[in-house]
Amino acid sequence: MRIILTPLLTPCSLCCLQLTMAKRLQARRLDGIDHNPWVEFVKLASEEADVVNLGQGFPDFSPPEFAVEAFQHAVSGDFMLNQYTKAFGYPPLTKILASFFGKLLGQEIDPLKNVLVTVGAYGALFTAFQALVDEGDEVIIVEPFFDCYEPMTLMAGGRPVFVSLKPSPIQKGEPDSSSNWQLDPTELASKFTSRTKAFILNTPNNPLGKVFSREELELVASLCQQHDVVCITDEVYQWLVFDGFQHISIASLPGMWERTLTIGSAGKTFSVTGWKVGWVLGPDRLMKHLRTVHQNSIYHCATQCQAAVAQSFEREQLHFGQPSSYFVQFPQYIQRCRDHMIQSLQSVGLRPVIPQASYFLITDISDFKNKMPDLPGAADEPYDRRFVKWMIKNKGLMAIPVSTFVSVPHQKFFDHYIRFCFVKDESTLRAMDQKLKKWKAELMP
Amino acid sequence: MFLAWGRLCTRSCRPKFLKTVGASKILGLSTSAKMSLKFKNAKRIEGLDSNVWIEFTKLAADPSVVNLGQGLPDISPPVYVKEELSKISAIDNLNQYTRGFGHPSLVKALSCLYEKFYHNQINPNEEILVTVGAYGSLFNAIQGLIDEGDEVIVIVPFYDCYEPMVRMAGATPVFVPLRCKPVDGKTCSSSDWTLDPQELASKFNSKTKAIILNTPHNPLGKVYTKEELQVIADLCIKYDTLCISDEVYEWLVYTGNKHFKIATFPGMWERTITIGSAGKTFSVTGWKLGWSIGPKHLIKHLQTVQQNTVYTCATPLQEALAQAFWIDIKRMDDPECYFNSLPKELEVKRDRMVHLLESVGLKPIVPDGGYFIIADVSLLDVDLFDMKDSKEPYDYKFVKWMIKNKKLSAIPVSAFCNAETKSQFEKFVRFCFIKALTLHTRLHWQMPASSPPGSMLPASTLPYRCLAYLPPRFGRPDPG
Repeated sequence: MRIILTPLLTPCSLCCLQLTMAKRLQARRLDGIDHNPWVEFVKLASEEADVVNLGQGFPDFSPPEFAVEAFQHAVSGDFMLNQYTKAFGYPPLTKILASFFGKLLGQEIDPLKNVLVTVGAYGALFTAFQALVDEGDEVIIVEPFFDCYEPMTLMAGGRPVFVSLKPSPIQKGEPDSSSNWQLDPTELASKFTSRTKAFILNTPNNPLGKVFSREELELVASLCQQHDVVCITDEVYQWLVFDGFQHISIASLPGMWERTLTIGSAGKTFSVTGWKVGWVLGPDRLMKHLRTVHQNSIYHCATQCQAAVAQSFEREQLHFGQPSSYFVQFPQYIQRCRDHMIQSLQSVGLRPVIPQASYFLITDISDFKNKMPDLPGAADEPYDRRFVKWMIKNKGLMAIPVSTFVSVPHQKFFDHYIRFCFVKDESTLRAMDQKLKKWKAELMP
Repeated sequence: MFLAWGRLCTRSCRPKFLKTVGASKILGLSTSAKMSLKFKNAKRIEGLDSNVWIEFTKLAADPSVVNLGQGLPDISPPVYVKEELSKISAIDNLNQYTRGFGHPSLVKALSCLYEKFYHNQINPNEEILVTVGAYGSLFNAIQGLIDEGDEVIVIVPFYDCYEPMVRMAGATPVFVPLRCKPVDGKTCSSSDWTLDPQELASKFNSKTKAIILNTPHNPLGKVYTKEELQVIADLCIKYDTLCISDEVYEWLVYTGNKHFKIATFPGMWERTITIGSAGKTFSVTGWKLGWSIGPKHLIKHLQTVQQNTVYTCATPLQEALAQAFWIDIKRMDDPECYFNSLPKELEVKRDRMVHLLESVGLKPIVPDGGYFIIADVSLLDVDLFDMKDSKEPYDYKFVKWMIKNKKLSAIPVSAFCNAETKSQFEKFVRFCFIKALTLHTRLHWQMPASSPPGSMLPASTLPYRCLAYLPPRFGRPDPG
């Protein structure tokens, strides 16, 4: 019998001996992906008293009444909704998703062949990576990126290849905007190789809030077609677009439906992140592989949450394009929250980049970096992480360092940005104002 | 109009696309061959696309078929469980994300409940993970702990996802069958099915990373005895192997039997992941909540998988589950506690179904736990002449015949076997009995006791039509 006494592996254990296996415990697919950047910041914010949480991406106000009613209906109606439904999606939900998005994408969508319901858009991303990315495949990821794309690529044995959005120079005194951040076409083209399996597109983009224009999408589309690459497009913020900009789904471009997986989220669509319902739309020849992963990972998603999402979409379909549509009213309301936050942040010398869409904006903290370059933190810890920790402790405000959304070698190019979430209740924004007012007063000589 | 424009553009763009493809020519591959290579599935899911449920769900979808194949209740969950969820649906802040590894009030309730069964306190944050059903826990455990080249012992028959999940992790499943040693004159019981200790020991070697245990067992209903578990535990310790223990039916244990947790055996806590299910505990399979309990040094790897797969589970359902648990935790010795009342209710249904199956000449194996019964159908000697050319196992053919001719569906037990062991189990068919008594009554009409074996009345002579227990708009669920 092999017994290894390895107290060093379990520092938390106060027991004198901990039996562990001689064999390595965890699978190699977990190498390099066990770190969770969110845990530290959430912990910090909870430890400090009276911190205004503008870090995490979820609303702190109610979902629309019709969504709440839909869920109440689902949980108090037919008792059989407490049981399993169809593995690939509750039929009324796949039906409404097919019809709703079919119109938007200009595509005949079959609820059985072209739609898969998943555990949030997060689950959709995982399913897509596992279905298609093999050992050694290259996956192009645009920086800054929603942080799970990199570890999901690695867990599938893939090699992430990064290409950065970069801001064009702006006039002094003018605010930066997410539309000003672009990919260099030559640099982008150079990232595609014969090993490129997938291109991850996120539009509107988290954390920047950029909405990719038609021209930008056409460039991506032409490269995907030229190199025969699958496009995985994360469009969770597709309804939250401001200032008259327009969200375009790359799957609606010529030649793209057959090579695109379009991911959406009920959580971001109806302000119900806790329901964890997402979906993938795509051609059957790709979707069948996602179905295989799905049936061998979680098999079904929660029935009642799906029923509530179906009913919510049915309501929106009736109101689509009208002033009463949530997809019209909600972005109008959130745009005002965005503008409120922008003004307030500017008052203390932070320089927000005006987002065209999404829940977030990033803010340039260069002026603070110049004035306070030596904030406490680990030797190799990027400046923005140290700044956020200082801000939580000293200013009672929580944000997320943008280096969280960037590959390690490129963190130094983004370490003067932090991300704020403005999809918050009026009272939260007022609390933010109080903190910023105090901060401003402290800046006065 | 936009649809037409899109299609027109596709046609006109295609020639342009072909001209720009240069790399494929260099590789010497035609465009279509290269495309088909790129759109191929990742190797990890090669051969895992087929699924027995899809075939049988389609066949059983006819509303006139009495469906005893699917493993889900058609009885209502307890009233207080539904009430809790109703109450919670009105609470605002439960519509947003909760803690990724498990909603705080739920992990606390699970810790409080299971501490009663384990010798140690269970840390709710480090030793419990809430997953998307027990299915999700199995996936997290296998993805987190099983590597390419590992061997995993799987006991046959097995809940059908174990084999594909092990293969998806790049490991090799090593099968060992339960074997029947019936005592003459006695009704066959699931406890007659045992592992041969020497045969089991022969399956362990230095590559064995884990054994998957399922007690109470699906499809057999076997509840492993203390002695049987000790044999497994001894081998796990000897060969330094993990144990993934699927205990979803832990509360469904019938008179004369006791559920034992292998993680409570000496030397086993540190190497065992124990999996439970809200769906099976509270008859709410559609909530898709399960959990893994184990030592921190194992659970942390399942948590890593979680943060890279689904991140978090649905908040309102977790809160409702926590409240339901608190209600029953407070009355564990009360006959009204669902952990006590459900097995009592199911034992009645079990006995009724055993009687019904016997009365038509089938030979059921009386289960000691779970909600399935397997029955030997070979004695009926049904004429399957028109399927003689089919290469399918006997039980597949029998179930298809039964669906078509008797309007009754079940699941062939060889679906729970690997290729090599199918022939050992092909005379058995699995029936689910967590069904309303009215369904049992319809079954009775469909298979009258008065007919001699092999001559069940055709469905067309029945005065009753079997009603689907789901309105058509919900679709027939895929079974568990």
